[in-house]
Amino acid sequence: MTPTRKKRLAVVSLLVLGVGSATAIALVALNDNIRFSIGPSEIIAGDFPEGRQLRLGGLVAAGSVSRDPSSLAVSFQVTDCIHEVPVTFNGILPDLFREGQGVIAHGMLNADGVFHAHEVLARHDETYMPPEVERAMALAGSGLVCGEPLEDHLATVRGQNR
Amino acid sequence: MIAEFGQISLILALILAVILGTLPLWGAYRNNDALMNLAPSLVAGHFVFALAAFVSLATLFLRHDFTVINVATNSNLLLPWYYRISATWGSHEGSLLLWILMLAGWMLAVAVMSRKVLPKVFLTRVLSVMGLISIGFLLFTILTSNPFDRILPGPVDGQDLNPLLQDPGMIFHPPLLYMGYVGFAVAFGFAIAGLLGGRIERDWVRWSRPWTLMAWAFLTGGITLGSWWAYYELGWGGWWFWDPVENASFIPWLLGTALIHSQAVTEKRGAFPAWTVLLAIAAFSTSLLGTFLVRSGVLTSVHAFATDPERGVFILGFMALVTGAALLLYAVRAPRIMTGKGFDFVSRESALLMNNVFFAVSAGMVLLGTLYPLIIDFMGWGQISVGPPYFSAMFILLMTPIVMLLPLGPFTRWGQDELKRILTPLLLSLVVAIVAGMAIAAALGAFNLRAVTGWVGGIWLIMGALSYFRQQKQQSRFKLPRGQLGMIMAHAGVGVFIIGVGMVESMTYERDVRFGQGDTLEVAGYRFHLEEIAVVKGPNWIADEGRFTVYRGDREITQMRPQKRLYHRGQQVMTQVALRPGFTHDLYIAMGEPLGDGSGDWSIRVHIKPFVRWIWGGAFLLAIGGLLAASDRRYWRQQRIEADARVMSDGAQPA
Repeated sequence: MTPTRKKRLAVVSLLVLGVGSATAIALVALNDNIRFSIGPSEIIAGDFPEGRQLRLGGLVAAGSVSRDPSSLAVSFQVTDCIHEVPVTFNGILPDLFREGQGVIAHGMLNADGVFHAHEVLARHDETYMPPEVERAMALAGSGLVCGEPLEDHLATVRGQNR
Repeated sequence: MIAEFGQISLILALILAVILGTLPLWGAYRNNDALMNLAPSLVAGHFVFALAAFVSLATLFLRHDFTVINVATNSNLLLPWYYRISATWGSHEGSLLLWILMLAGWMLAVAVMSRKVLPKVFLTRVLSVMGLISIGFLLFTILTSNPFDRILPGPVDGQDLNPLLQDPGMIFHPPLLYMGYVGFAVAFGFAIAGLLGGRIERDWVRWSRPWTLMAWAFLTGGITLGSWWAYYELGWGGWWFWDPVENASFIPWLLGTALIHSQAVTEKRGAFPAWTVLLAIAAFSTSLLGTFLVRSGVLTSVHAFATDPERGVFILGFMALVTGAALLLYAVRAPRIMTGKGFDFVSRESALLMNNVFFAVSAGMVLLGTLYPLIIDFMGWGQISVGPPYFSAMFILLMTPIVMLLPLGPFTRWGQDELKRILTPLLLSLVVAIVAGMAIAAALGAFNLRAVTGWVGGIWLIMGALSYFRQQKQQSRFKLPRGQLGMIMAHAGVGVFIIGVGMVESMTYERDVRFGQGDTLEVAGYRFHLEEIAVVKGPNWIADEGRFTVYRGDREITQMRPQKRLYHRGQQVMTQVALRPGFTHDLYIAMGEPLGDGSGDWSIRVHIKPFVRWIWGGAFLLAIGGLLAASDRRYWRQQRIEADARVMSDGAQPA
């Protein structure tokens, strides 16, 4: 090989090595930071990866929000109208957090079946329903308001969006 | 009447775009002067009609014409006039109209400013290609998202513009961002025009450089403004969330950053021209991808307001068409692309190649993390989301080498150089960076990995930029060209930015506290005292307002009044943050929620954010640097280009 070619080969192999290892690291990092979307029924059925970050979607069950009188601790139930999962959270809830409304909680499920959330998200606009919530409700065969069939609700929501 | 006028203007703009995308292009192919001469007037007409459509929509908003659906759903009688104007681009339909107007504006600017610089055939091709892009967006708007659709009879009053958008930041953030997004269409147009001509030569790269710099600077400004807006408007106190839509604007930015650097190499040395063309195509394609992600609602995001999957499919199809056609053309023409001179391992070419590799890989990582949930969902493996730690970890990994190597770049010579010669003038900067960086971090009580890295890295970049400035000053008898000044400013800006990030990410004081009337919180030498919680009224909202007095020691320094607003229409709730900005730290108070157990207590979020302004300050320097570089006289001189390029390639002049 001529010196120029050797040099070129060195540069190219360095590049390949660098990009390759970056990709490998990226995939590992990606795997560690994935949050699985689940709904209450899946939690009750035990149908979720253990020891992983979860993204729980559903509605805040009516009348389930209770606060600790001396701190910011709050607990509520997330429901898909069939099953309910108790959630605890310590901090400030989002502006559009309401009973009966869609919510997403990031956190982990502990052994006693309580979901410890470190982040709670609500939608940002009235006509928008997070896909996670739609999915969780659809899995349980429920509408987006307990008691209302899913198709009707989706039709009205989509209708408004136009 | 006005709505119909706007509608007709939009259709006329479409007709002109169709003519522009075909006849002059044919003329350029057949070397037909008459057809080519059509282009500038078509561009002017296209702009006039796009402007007319936009002004019509703004007028409809100002005049409360609720028979137009777009107005009825995004405005109401109580909305102040300035938000009625910004509501024009607050909705999906309106933002597309803004996009079209911007594209038309860029086209007009190219037609006017490059008229004397560019050969007619080339200019015609650029304008025609941009006309073809405009056809896509006009069709999209008219067919799927018409802003002028009527509803009869119209409602008496409209719904509200999302309160999050009722903010001064929202008046400027989307237009700036779009200026950047759409600006990459110019770089794209130049690349395609170059490919069509079959000559990827240095001259067209030089002509496209100022346009790419401008687009990049606007995009930088737009992203910065968005970050600032999120900081004070969303009430979480963060400045970047790795939200899919933020990523969507960040990917074109990363590719654009790679592009402005690779253009420098291609222009000066003729090296890796094919890569430059690919980057130009990629930067614009990812801008379209960004639009797709925002407008289709396929990803959960803070920006995902009401969306519609059908529109997403249209944009996806359009993106596939544009990218596919561009890549096909590239594949056919690539063998004809010239090859540049060889270069040594230690050379400016290598330095810029490294820059490109790191920025392109970063863009790839962000893209992977953003699209991964879509891929998993599509494969039916469940629904997932990717957490911010992935992006942060990858980013720190990829940007650390960039920060370490950046100051070396400008000192490196083209072709061949020696490491020793490059490092000598930088030794002082390196020592100062390490010593001063650690000392400052220690003095601020922030002797942790992130803060120290931030200070050492930041000072290294700023000192490096300054020593390059000094060296250039000494070596040249003339004033430094603006291209150089812009580069120095931008590189120093990165340093300022890094200091801000290092401090905010490691030293932010952040607490959610329960506050009752008369309660006091003492922290970091400050005393926050809640006097009372009062009810106040605004033009279209009422709010609970926390009235805080802030003391430092015994001295009262300021009053802070965060609000929790309830907007009358739609009964939407919004947090209005109270801020006391400062050079070294911000005080930040946001109202949480009433705790509702009869005590009248509220949850309150109190943050002290050190050096947070430096983040946006640094980014602002980047944007200004970009604009300064774009205004370099070298790019706008008339007709001397050919002769000039020869001189450039022979002499060893620095970039």
